[in-house]
Amino acid sequence: MKQVTAIVQPSRLASLKEALEGLGVLGMTVGRAQGYGRQKGHKEIYRGAEYAMDFIDKIRVEVLTDDAMADKVVDGIVAAARSGRVGDGKVWVTPVDTVVRVRTGQRDNEAL
Amino acid sequence: MDSGDTTWVLVSAALVMLMTPGLAFFYGGMVRSRGVLNMLMMSLGSIGVVGVLWVLYGYSMAFGSDLGGVGLLGAPLEFFGLGQLLGADQLSDTVPTMAFVAFQAMFAILTVALISGAIADRARFGPWLLFGGLWATLVYFPVAHWVFAFDETDAAGTVTAPGGWIANRLAAIDFAGGTAVHINAGAAALALVIVLGKRTGWPRETGKPHNMPLVVLGAALLWFGWFGFNAGSALAAGSTAAVVFVNTLVATSAAMLGWILTERLRDGHATTLGAASGIIAGLVAITPACSSVTPLGAIAIGAIAGIVCALAVSLKYRFGYDDSLDVVGVHLVGGLVGTLLVGVFGSAAAPAGVDGLFYGGGLDQLWRQAAGAVAVLAYSFVLSLAIAWAIRATLGFRLSPEEEAEGVDETEHAESGYHFGDGRGSVTDAPARTASLGRELEGSNT
Repeated sequence: MKQVTAIVQPSRLASLKEALEGLGVLGMTVGRAQGYGRQKGHKEIYRGAEYAMDFIDKIRVEVLTDDAMADKVVDGIVAAARSGRVGDGKVWVTPVDTVVRVRTGQRDNEAL
Repeated sequence: MDSGDTTWVLVSAALVMLMTPGLAFFYGGMVRSRGVLNMLMMSLGSIGVVGVLWVLYGYSMAFGSDLGGVGLLGAPLEFFGLGQLLGADQLSDTVPTMAFVAFQAMFAILTVALISGAIADRARFGPWLLFGGLWATLVYFPVAHWVFAFDETDAAGTVTAPGGWIANRLAAIDFAGGTAVHINAGAAALALVIVLGKRTGWPRETGKPHNMPLVVLGAALLWFGWFGFNAGSALAAGSTAAVVFVNTLVATSAAMLGWILTERLRDGHATTLGAASGIIAGLVAITPACSSVTPLGAIAIGAIAGIVCALAVSLKYRFGYDDSLDVVGVHLVGGLVGTLLVGVFGSAAAPAGVDGLFYGGGLDQLWRQAAGAVAVLAYSFVLSLAIAWAIRATLGFRLSPEEEAEGVDETEHAESGYHFGDGRGSVTDAPARTASLGRELEGSNT
């Protein structure tokens, strides 16, 4: 099993969710995230005082999937999230040892 | 008694009342999120403390019989508790004295609340309330007497009961409180900033305004209420109030434009906070001048105030003073601009009937304005320093560094302004809370 984690532009969340539904992904976890990469931050000005906003708002998406689906999920996220500009985000895949569905106690692939 | 005038004064009192919660929102939006409740509470605290003091002895100190005829102070206990003013025959010109009492109460409350913007995130609440009460007693009530208590005269023009020295002997024009409210509060704010010191990490780590829509909401409520503040100060529903109303509108419009234009040229952007701040700067500056200028004069005063205050708010970084929300840069500077410019743009065509420098009046009114402004500034600054020092030396005024790091809302009020996510908390078994909760549960079962 794999966990696919994606950091993407907030505006891309809706199309990203559509793309994953199209692939048959049955669930995901989403949270707000802040960070910076190549895009760097931006400046804001309040009463003439400049504030460096180093951390930019992003969305963090986490999807659990079986090994066979992982690449398709990654490709789906990349296609949905890409604008071609700096700041589109990153996607990475990590191995997962164990998954348990809390309601039934089912484990691993049955719990996905 | 005139029922039209009475209606206008009572409605204006209610409008001015709204300014203090409006100020709380204006200030509250400008601090970081973990200090928003304390910012609101400092304004609410002023309503509590000053409202009560006004009824007990504040009104008497400001508008009681002048002690010794020198124009410094009203007799403090003359109308203690206001019981003498309940009769239908108790009139202040054409309105019941109680209507005037109510209207002026709101001014005292607002003036104390204005100061709080200078000491965001670092003052203990109890000492702030004590400061507010002492400051109102020793500074605002006397200064209101100087500026707002006019001589009473008989039909022949002979003075039967003397009023305050600035309004009558000096004859400086301060229609609604450029000196008594704004210079007064601004000078006190400067003193408090000096005594309390800057926030830990200022200016790098003290955060940007956490809720700009709240700031704009507050500015809007202030502008709305300010029509009562200025036009209500006519104390009559007539042409003076109407002229003042238009001047209050147009000076504020011009000041907003002046502020955002300054920003656009200096920083590259016209900001929302700049527009909201320009509104307040314009309102402050037209306050003393709204009866003494034409609408074109009001535009000039507003525009100058907007530009000057937009530049002035950056000075604190040069001096190293953490005047957190620019009470000095907006209220002291804006108050000075408006008070002095009465002597420049004053026109005999306006209700106050005095020509300033630009209208051939020479320097006569200008020096009177300057003398009044300097007197209030100096008195307020020195007394405020003394009061704040005394509180710091006895009770302590500031949070500890640990408390400041945790946030003033948590340490002073045991609350937080915003609750995101699922950290809902659960009821602890603290005795008082469980006792009352137990009763509620019992009641719901029967």
